[in-house]
Formats: sequence, C-alpha cells, structure tokens
Amino acid sequence: MSAEQVLQYIFAGITVGSIYAFVAIGYNIIYNTTGIINFAQGEFVMLGGMISFTFSRFMPLFPAIIIAVLITAAIGGLIEIVFIRRMRKNSVLGMIVVTIGISILLREAALYIWDEQIRALSFFTGTEISSVSVFGARISPQVLWVLGVTLVIVGGLFFFFKFTLTGQAMRACSENSRAAKLCGIKTDSMVNFSFMLSAGIGALGGCVVSPLTQTHYAMGTDLAIKGFIVAILGGLGNPIAAVAAGLILGLLESFSISILPMAYKDVISIIILLIILVAKPSGLFGSKQVSSLKDF
Amino acid sequence: MLKIRNLEAGYDKLKILKGISLHVKSGEIVTIIGANGAGKTTLLNTITSIVKTTGGNIDFKGVDVTNVSPDLLVKKGCALVPEGRQLYPAMTVKENLILGAYTLYRRREHKKALENLENIYTMFPVLEERKTQLAGTLSGGEQQMVAIGRALMSGPDMLLMDEPSMGLAPLIVKDIFRTVEELRDKGKTILIVEQNAKAVLEIADRGYVMETGSLILEGSAEDLLDNNDVKRAYLGRDYKDFTD
Ligand SMILES: Nc1ncnc2c1ncn2[C@@H]1O[C@H](COP(=O)(O)OP(=O)(O)OP(=O)(O)O)[C@@H](O)[C@H]1O
Ligand SMILES: [Mg+2]
Repeated sequence: MSAEQVLQYIFAGITVGSIYAFVAIGYNIIYNTTGIINFAQGEFVMLGGMISFTFSRFMPLFPAIIIAVLITAAIGGLIEIVFIRRMRKNSVLGMIVVTIGISILLREAALYIWDEQIRALSFFTGTEISSVSVFGARISPQVLWVLGVTLVIVGGLFFFFKFTLTGQAMRACSENSRAAKLCGIKTDSMVNFSFMLSAGIGALGGCVVSPLTQTHYAMGTDLAIKGFIVAILGGLGNPIAAVAAGLILGLLESFSISILPMAYKDVISIIILLIILVAKPSGLFGSKQVSSLKDF
Repeated sequence: MLKIRNLEAGYDKLKILKGISLHVKSGEIVTIIGANGAGKTTLLNTITSIVKTTGGNIDFKGVDVTNVSPDLLVKKGCALVPEGRQLYPAMTVKENLILGAYTLYRRREHKKALENLENIYTMFPVLEERKTQLAGTLSGGEQQMVAIGRALMSGPDMLLMDEPSMGLAPLIVKDIFRTVEELRDKGKTILIVEQNAKAVLEIADRGYVMETGSLILEGSAEDLLDNNDVKRAYLGRDYKDFTD
C-alpha cells in the first residue's frame, strides 16, 4: 500500500467514524440522564440529512442546516414528552424497547414524508470533484468539514458538562436523580434537554456527512447498531470517549476493506464488541474507579 | 417555621404515614426518633414532596407547600440531608457542593453561593483539602460532611436531616452532632431524624417518638430522656435500670 493510499483509507475511516461518533454521543447523553439506550438515535441523523436537504432547495445551505438541527432537536424533545416521560416508570429495558418502536415510527414517517430515494446535501465548499491536498493525499474538503465539526462538538460537550451549571446538573441527574431533585434541579427538564441535545447533535452529524455518505430513510438502523458498538467501546456514559472510539472503529473498518472482502466489514465491529464486552466492559477509556461508582 | 397537620402518605396502596401532626419553631432542634421502618424517612421525603401527600397539609413559613415541586421548597429555604448521604459519587467534592446551590445560581446569586461555599470550607476544612477528589471515594464521615454541606449551599433557614449518624463511628457521630448544634447557634432551624436516640436527645430541644406511621409521644428532650418507654425501647438501658 502506498503512503497516499494509507492516507486515503485514514480519511475514509475518519469520515465513517465521525458519523458513528455522532450517534454514540447521542446515546451517551441520553444514557447519562436516564439510563436508557435510545435506539432512535440513528433516525435523528437521518432526519438531519432529510430536513436540511428539503430546506436547502429554498434557502442557502447553512440556514437550512440550522433549521434542520432545530427541528430535529424539537422532535427529540417532543418524543421525550409524548413517549418517554409517560413510560419512565417502566424498567430501563422496557424503555429501550420503546425507543426501538420510536425508531420504526420515525423511519416510516420519513418514508411517508419523503420517499425511498437516496438524497445528498450539496458539498459545503466546492463540489464533489474538488479536492484539497493533505500530506500528499487528495481528499474532499467535506472530510475536513466533518473532522472540524466533530472536534467542535467534542470540545463544546467537554466544556458544557465540565464547566456549565446546566451540564453539571445533567450529570447530577444521571448519578442520583433523587438527590438532584433535592438540590432543586428540575430533573424532567434535564431529561427533556438531553433528548433535544442528542437529537440536535445527531442531526448536525447527519448534515455534515450527507454529501459524502448520502441520506436514506432507512439509514438509521445500521447507524444505531454501529453507534451502539462505539458507545460500548468508548465506555457507556462518556460522550467524549465515544468520539475516539468512533474514529477507531471507522479506521478499522476502512482498513479491513483493503485486506478483507467488503462483506466482512460488519463482522469486524461485532468482533470488537464481543472482545470489549469480555475483556473490558467499562470500555477502552472507561475508568474503573468511575464505573465502580455507577449503577451499571 | 414548619407546621404539619394530619399528614398522610405512602407508596401506591401502602399507607405509611397515618395522620402525623408536628411543628418546629424557629431556632429549635427537634428530633424524631423511632425504630426501623417506622416511617421517618417517608415523613421527610413527604415534606420535600419526593413522596406525594395523600392527606393533610404542610405549612412552611406560612406558605402551603403540600405536594409542590421539590425545587420550590429549596427556594423557600428548606433543604434535606437525605438518608445514606445520596451524593453524586463520580463527581468531585466541589461539584457536589456547587450543585447544592443550584437554585441560587439559577437566580444569578453567584456571590451568595460563593459565600456559602467559603463558610462550608471553614466549617469542614477537610472538604477544601479534598475538593477535587471524587465524592464516592471519601470516608463515611467525610461523605456526611459533603451531604450536610451540599444542603447548606442553598443557604436554607431550615435543615431536615435523616439519620446523619448512620454507619459512623461514635467519635465522628459526636462531631456531626456538634456541627448540628453549631448550625442552630448560627440561626438554623433543624428537624433531625435519628435512631441514635440518646445522642440526639442530648442536643435537641424537643422530640417526637414515631411508631408505625404515627407519633405516639411528644415532649421536651429531658422529658423524653427520662421517659421509661423511651428508655426501654430506644435508649437500650437494662430493664433493671429503671424498675429499681
Ligand atoms: N419506595 C418504597 N416503596 C414501598 N414501600 C416503601 C418504600 N420506601 C419505604 N417503604 C416502606 O415504608 C415503611 C417506612 O419506611 P421508612 O424508610 O420511612 O422507615 P424509617 O423510619 O426511615 O426506617 P429506618 O430507620 O430504617 O430508616 C417501611 O415499611 C418500608 O418498607
Ligand atoms: Mg429512614
């Protein structure tokens, strides 16, 4: 493999890995405030791509993306109010099944509103044939967009959870929701906000990768599974580590294509999931100390 | 400061509190003693609206606070130090304390929150030394200090405490009770639930005895310490001690 080829694989891996990371970040944020794995997370990515595509026909790209992110965030908040809040009394496992139902609902709604055609948002800068040279490899500028947005999200989330009162309050809800109530934190609003945040971040991810990987009404299922593997790989409850884990899985998949037949791509991720679950259930980056202080 | 009339509450169909009436005056330390499962924790959780009231009412500073949302009571100046500390284990000591002042920060009273934090560090210097340590890794006594500190961070006039001595060595229990007295001297009103009847009656002004969801006895701390039923049931004296 030439050096340039290696770089090509790396950038392809980063692109795919970033989208997994967007899904996994969403899982983690909701998991943190509720203990629920929201399997509708992949649908938020799909909605971001679909909605921004529709709006981009009437307005410039960036406002269309902002609208798509806001609408998807509102849908996330609505889902929490309509389904999750009413059923929170059920077991966590029951709730996870509910989110699978929601994902089917969103997928069918998307099929009804749009259709089964594959859409792609136009490239943020340049066109599909423009490229920039990075260390001698020619890549699409969109890859840099994906990378940049991912980094901004990671930095933003780190700051949010560590240094803002709302971020700390959200962590408090996840660690001990009754104690959070006693501190005067409105836990219901925090849970609602976590759904909006996850949905919004998922939608933003769906927009930035759409030019490269396209958007399809049924794309959510595959993303939900990959994102889940990444969330486990990074250590459940840690949105920042999820990004690193996403990139790792993306790179592994990308390089696996160069040595194994394409069909084995998904096998890689399942094998990784099994290895992690057996060898280090707290995830690659999960700290033993922290995870021993959590429920599960 | 706190007036409770005919309070009834429970879990689903299970009725635990059967018509509790009590009051706490400003500046008092009032204790509720009772055996395991009497409903003491349920009572405090009902006052803070974590458990819903099904009958009766709760009046705090002249305002009806029956079944309000829990944050309202904190804003009105009543905070609970819950049973078993209930810290945020994977967050630092400082983060735990800061979140106690959540309602202050929401009202943009940053200065007051900072003042409260300084006062708590003065009261418990060990917490300042440990401020970046994860709360879950502290010793039991230190965790109780964080729990008390977190409740104090909102600057409450009244503190509800649920078995602060639970699981602590006698020496530490003494420290905690000394802290409670100190807080009263600083003008706080305190309602404290305890199993450790002897120790708590020594610092309390008045007390109630709770048994299976009802208050069966009420009196000044001295009277309760002298009461034969209390001695037998909660002070662990030999029967002989008071039949003589
Ligand atoms: N969440 C709950 N659901 C159902 N029943 C409960 C619940 N919490 C407490 N109970 C029941 O309510 C009764 C009173 O419990 P509570 O915790 O108030 O007692 P307590 O006086 O605080 O006891 P202890 O001294 O052991 O802390 C007990 O019989 C208990 O089983
Ligand atoms: Mg109790």
